[in-house]
Amino acid sequence: MLTTVLFYVFAIILVFSALKVVTSKNPISSVLFLVLAFVTSACLWLMLNVEFLALVLIVVYVGAVMVLFLFVVMMLDIDVETMRKGFWKHLPLAILLGIIVLVEMVLVILNKPMVITGSPEVVSNNISNANQLGWVLYTQYSYPVELASMILLLGLVAAVAITLRKTDKNAKYQDIRKQVSVKASDRFEMINMPAEVEVDNLEPQNKEEVK
Amino acid sequence: MNMNIIPALPEILMAAMIVLILLVDAFVGEDKKSINTGITLIALISVYIVQVLVYNPHTQLAFNNMFILDSLAQGMKLVTYIVSFIVVLYIKQYITDKKLQKGEFYAIFLFVILGIMVMISADNMLILYVGLELLSLALYALVALNRDNIKSTEAAMKFFILGALGSGLLLFGISFIYGATGGQLQLEEVIKYTYQSDVPNNALLVFGLVFVVAGLVFKLGLVPFHMWIPDVYEGSSLATTTIIGTVTKIAGVVFVIRFLINGLVLLSPQWSLMLALLGVLSLFIGNIVAIAQTNIKRMLGYSTIAHMGFVAFGLMTVSVDGISSTLFYTIIYVLTSLAGFGALTMLSRGSYECESIDDLKGLSKTHPIYAGIILLVMFSLAGIPPLAGFYAKFKILEALIAVGYIKLATYTVIMSFIGAFYYLRIVKVMYFDENTIDLRLADVNIVSRSVLMLNALTLLVLGIVPSGVMAFCLKLISG
Repeated sequence: MLTTVLFYVFAIILVFSALKVVTSKNPISSVLFLVLAFVTSACLWLMLNVEFLALVLIVVYVGAVMVLFLFVVMMLDIDVETMRKGFWKHLPLAILLGIIVLVEMVLVILNKPMVITGSPEVVSNNISNANQLGWVLYTQYSYPVELASMILLLGLVAAVAITLRKTDKNAKYQDIRKQVSVKASDRFEMINMPAEVEVDNLEPQNKEEVK
Repeated sequence: MNMNIIPALPEILMAAMIVLILLVDAFVGEDKKSINTGITLIALISVYIVQVLVYNPHTQLAFNNMFILDSLAQGMKLVTYIVSFIVVLYIKQYITDKKLQKGEFYAIFLFVILGIMVMISADNMLILYVGLELLSLALYALVALNRDNIKSTEAAMKFFILGALGSGLLLFGISFIYGATGGQLQLEEVIKYTYQSDVPNNALLVFGLVFVVAGLVFKLGLVPFHMWIPDVYEGSSLATTTIIGTVTKIAGVVFVIRFLINGLVLLSPQWSLMLALLGVLSLFIGNIVAIAQTNIKRMLGYSTIAHMGFVAFGLMTVSVDGISSTLFYTIIYVLTSLAGFGALTMLSRGSYECESIDDLKGLSKTHPIYAGIILLVMFSLAGIPPLAGFYAKFKILEALIAVGYIKLATYTVIMSFIGAFYYLRIVKVMYFDENTIDLRLADVNIVSRSVLMLNALTLLVLGIVPSGVMAFCLKLISG
């Protein structure tokens, strides 16, 4: 009974915050609602006895990815008005289409009974969650894990290939050979200067600078 | 637990070659970047050899049955290697001229092939999805690699967002099938389950199927999930368009066969109707909208949509003849567009991009050989006998009529007639218009040029004696 109530509470919060991610005016609050959505789904996972995944969701998504998102959103100067242009104009059509899809889905599901035969093995309580997960990941699911690593490598290569510009003027490289072979005379030069400078010559060239 | 890794050796070798090319690229100087082309070609040849060596007539499973090496996987992988090898020969000069970063380009290209290999020999919905993501991510990167071109950037963005949507639909559908079958992702287990249960009355299964089909045809580019194709074809550099227009089609078709035939074949009454509807729409939109195009890449994009309509018709017959004709059609389509894109890349010298139909005006006077190649390609795409494209279309029609879809076959013929218009217009522009543009050839070496000519001749030869390839396709299906 309590679990059912909890499930609905979490589900309502989840759906509400997911909606707010899309509809809220300020991108910062969108990101914060996304954080709420992640935390709530982590709670739902906790109710399914998958503690490890729930914690990973919070640590990785909320702790790392969302903070990065917040950082990027704050760094970039996003013009919210141009981004939202046409939102209200297209809203009625979008709502109409959404309702049609929803009604269709509900009709299909109500029309014929849903048959669910059996369920995946119930998680045993004797072994810890992380232990079980690690066990299947490196035995039964070793192939997809290897493939996921290839996808990560691809992401790395692609990100570098798309953003790195070797001809960029602002790029700063260290040329170790030049650094090592540098001599004092390259960096340091003796110049003869008069010891005293007359005050008149120090007149400011630009009045703006004085201010 | 079956951890036999021998059948997966080609994949492992390919992954190793990717890492090798990344390492070599990091250490060679700017002037020696052409070594990357060599490594890519060597990678493809060695993977081909290993693939032939690991073959044995029985179906082999690996990695806890998630990996399958049956005759379909073996045959289509070999075709993929050959096509990829030819693609590299065609685009290598183009990549040098356009200053696309070589090492990264080839590494990401090999990632594309690895993704295709994984998809072709997947026996589990999870692996099918992971392979698809590997392929799609690599393709997004390839499109975006031409980063100083605003069109490419836009195309990459559209491709990425729509592709993510397609993957989302597919995953949503898979999750329903997973629930309906009591937690099965393995394709043969799904079949076993559907044998035992009352399929048409299981709303959950059919509900999931709708989303799976939507996700699958998104990747094939059937109407109404085709929006990304014309933009991506037009926006990418010709090298990337060549890759997207050829090798990935093989992966797409085998992907659909794995999902719908190997996994959900007992739901065929449901999905063949969906494919029929999508095919009808694709043939219509693809052929009609292509008429209005002035950019060859965009036109070929719409032509792809129409050709994938044929593929959908071939699959919906659910007969051995139908499926093998679909494979034959795919192979012929890939070979044809390979020659077409190859000719276009070779006509793009320096920073120039041969992409407007007007660029081809009077090509027969300046470059008669290239005009001849494009002529063969266009005739084959239009399905004019005695070229291979005709026989491929004929086999699909035969399969359709054999299972009684006479009206659908008639419709297909009418649409092919309409489609012939825009293919023939290219031929008219090349042979009957006055030459206005001084189109010069890129510095392509003699090997690539002769491979292109052989490729175009193959279209003619396969049109006259198609039985060998047809028997090959039949063997892939019947096993």
